[in-house]
Amino acid sequence: MQATSIHISQEPRVQYLLRIGDTALILAQRLSEWTGHAPVIEEDIALSNIALDLVGQARAVLTHAGTVEGAGHDEDQLAFLREERDYRNVTLVELPRSDFAVTVLRNTMMATFLRLLWERLGSSSDAELAAIAGKAIKEARYHQRHSADWMVRLGRGTAESKQRLARALDLLWPYAAELFASDAVDDAAAQAGLGPRWGDLKDDWLADMTAILGESALPVPPFVPFLSTGKHGVHSEHMGFILAEMQHLQRAYPGGVW
Amino acid sequence: MSDVQQEWPLWEVFVRSKSGLDHKHCGSLHASDARMAVQMARDVYTRRQEGTSVWVVRSDHIVASDPGEKDMYFDPAEDKVYRHPTFYKLPASVDHM
Repeated sequence: MQATSIHISQEPRVQYLLRIGDTALILAQRLSEWTGHAPVIEEDIALSNIALDLVGQARAVLTHAGTVEGAGHDEDQLAFLREERDYRNVTLVELPRSDFAVTVLRNTMMATFLRLLWERLGSSSDAELAAIAGKAIKEARYHQRHSADWMVRLGRGTAESKQRLARALDLLWPYAAELFASDAVDDAAAQAGLGPRWGDLKDDWLADMTAILGESALPVPPFVPFLSTGKHGVHSEHMGFILAEMQHLQRAYPGGVW
Repeated sequence: MSDVQQEWPLWEVFVRSKSGLDHKHCGSLHASDARMAVQMARDVYTRRQEGTSVWVVRSDHIVASDPGEKDMYFDPAEDKVYRHPTFYKLPASVDHM
């Protein structure tokens, strides 16, 4: 086995799958940072469960991306042996975990998005992806329920919890735009029946988020011109640190398994 | 907010396993409200496929017998073996009772 970096096909189908797999993977990595550190033991387990669900989704999608690419890359190579610029996750999921309010809001934003995405992918022309979606949709529904309930508790809780959630909203909301910035990869996926243009999910996402924010006594912020670019491999300054931690074992012990 | 509770209330968790008919007590947890308690019960006690249904009940809603009165409550049943249905002869076709 070797630990030198691999490079991935720019083929739109592969890129579309990598966006899904990498987004789940990096969000899982961020969430797993809570293990042993959550405010209460019950929520510690709940967050770890969500992280593990996302790891499972990432594994399935990355394995499939490797098959579609046809260059013999397995899930571990795809997860651990790429350079930063070859990761296709949205920037939102790589931002530091920060406090519990940030985690709750990000989980809500992402679970709402992924629920809508998996619903649509359930009827993908790609039978393997449709099967993955059939399993993942149940997980995403629970993630959304669990996270949205926390939003309401924080938003209608104490002065401090409300203030922290409002601050989280200021911090994270600008990164939502990237989720819905469709490009040629989305067009190709829509044309092939592989999956929806991510931009087509925006109205449903905004409707869900508006309802949740309303229940949480928070305003829906306007979208701003800022557009993050993680999907295109241009990441925030935080990404390198995540990869250093994630990749350390596979780089130090190539091919290492449990 | 002087009335903010510092501790979440305790809840008892009951899980019905796949094969089991009734919900069985399996432990307890802290949660701020009933909705959270059901979710926490799911996350803490069914993550290894232990269940198909969960119940939660506030621990302080359970009325229990006094351990100090154990003798008075339970010892009188000790010598009343005739209350067990072991004196009936079962038909051979009945395998398990």
